[in-house]
Amino acid sequence: MIEIQEVTKSYDGNAVVDRVSLTLPAGGLTSIIGPNGAGKSTLLSMVSRLMPMDRGKVLVDGLDVSRAAGDVLARRLSIMRQDNHITARLSVRDLVAFGRYPYSKGRLTVVDAEHIDRSIAYLGLEPFANRFLDELSGGQRQRAFIAMVLCQDTDYMLFDEPLNNLDIKHAVETMRLLRRLADDFAKTVVVVLHDINFASAYSDRIVAMQGGRLAFEGTPEDMIVPSRLEAIFGVDCRVHAVGETRLVNYFE
Amino acid sequence: MQAEAKRLSPSIVLLLSAALALASVLAFMTLGAKGSWSFILSFRGAKLAGMVLVAYAIAVSTVLFQTISGNRILTPSIIGFDAMYALLQTIAVFFLGAAGAVAVDPRLQFVVETIAMVGFSLLLFRALFSGASRSLHLLMLVGVILGGLFRSLSSFLQRILDPNDFVVLQDRLFASFNTVDANLLGIATVSTVAVTFALWRLSPTFDVLSLGREAAIGLGVDHQRVVTFLLVLIAILVSVSTALVGPVTFFGLLVASLAWQLTPTASHRFVLPVAVCIAITTLVGGQVILERLLSFNTALSIVIEFFGGLVFIFLLVRGSAR
Repeated sequence: MIEIQEVTKSYDGNAVVDRVSLTLPAGGLTSIIGPNGAGKSTLLSMVSRLMPMDRGKVLVDGLDVSRAAGDVLARRLSIMRQDNHITARLSVRDLVAFGRYPYSKGRLTVVDAEHIDRSIAYLGLEPFANRFLDELSGGQRQRAFIAMVLCQDTDYMLFDEPLNNLDIKHAVETMRLLRRLADDFAKTVVVVLHDINFASAYSDRIVAMQGGRLAFEGTPEDMIVPSRLEAIFGVDCRVHAVGETRLVNYFE
Repeated sequence: MQAEAKRLSPSIVLLLSAALALASVLAFMTLGAKGSWSFILSFRGAKLAGMVLVAYAIAVSTVLFQTISGNRILTPSIIGFDAMYALLQTIAVFFLGAAGAVAVDPRLQFVVETIAMVGFSLLLFRALFSGASRSLHLLMLVGVILGGLFRSLSSFLQRILDPNDFVVLQDRLFASFNTVDANLLGIATVSTVAVTFALWRLSPTFDVLSLGREAAIGLGVDHQRVVTFLLVLIAILVSVSTALVGPVTFFGLLVASLAWQLTPTASHRFVLPVAVCIAITTLVGGQVILERLLSFNTALSIVIEFFGGLVFIFLLVRGSAR
């Protein structure tokens, strides 16, 4: 369970995240949606202790993220950021192997090697395992980073806009993969998404932020309704039920 | 796939560079040896020890600095370490006079300079990290500005200095591998060994740090603590090399670039020793060429820059062809 309590972050007096309190139960896939500048990524950065918070506190399974030892937390919670710029020339396998650092501190064991192989196989990266990251396409590189998170094998996995720069095929594959992480491996997956329809189709829970505050939270059935979406994004839209999924049409 | 077949294994690159380093050390110790071996060994040995220490300090400090800054063009001189050294020397000569500055025990001077440089790096780092912004690039920029300030202060002091004192100062500020200060060898060795031990303890984090701050934190590295500590160790290594031979900047960049390029992996387990071996080869081998082929007719820094330039052109051409 991730408990976010009254978390605040401000720059020069402007609150980017303003007293957000939220509880994310263990298991399932939670999407965080909201317009640009709503504070989604900032919130995720504070939960994953990449950014210090001005006020408030975040507990992951009772561990205070600002105080817990880095490596203890790194075995509970992992994060994949949207901009993954690396100067070092790494092969896919090297990158995925970094996921084992919290466990083995760089001395890979047989168990680590199994985790690495399994993660690479799970993302279908075997043909590229020895290629360098700068020789891969954007989608393949994205998968390599997801494999690293998978290899870190934490109960909580956070993804900051993992669908950025992906075509439809890779976006769908990525979301299916995150869904499988929640279903097959009982991981708690939290994803910041821009596409409401992906959020609607793949989430167990949707959290909406706006202007640094928590706007709404609920199941896709609660959340994907015109009144709420219009309040969040400020766009007129219609919601259609296609099979069990609700799809939002905001083009007309 | 073709590229993969052509790649050498990291161990072979390491062995080759170690062999080259060893060959240049042997050449330095034996070539043109005439007369008593005990004299040659102790005379050349001290010089060799100085050069090896400098090679080690520069190679390790530059590679690690590039790792924590996530940039392959930066060297410690960019955050003003060299300029700081020059300023300290200038201040010493300015206030003590040439005679006074020469009379000071070089070991005492080394300790004071090292403390000043470590203090400087800590101050810079603390000031920046306690603020709202915690960017390494800001640290670099502030370092560049402070480096400029130090240089201006030095040149101001040098302008109003007595011409005789100025000659003494100038002599101290030129990098010379030929006049390694033997008095400092002991304390420099002790410092380097201590730093190496601390680096050994931190070494598992190096590869993770090269992923960048956020990825490193995500993997459980206490980024701020480790980077602060590393900067202190780098400051000590820079002090060792500047105290022994004076400021050399281009050398570190050359050695680190070569090491990153030639080692087929980004793992520090290989890059660091390869960088050290390349540094020893360049420095000691260069000195051999200088002494035996050119009979002391030129300065080693010129030789290094000449070969460095050739290698850079080669790398550029090969890089564009790929």
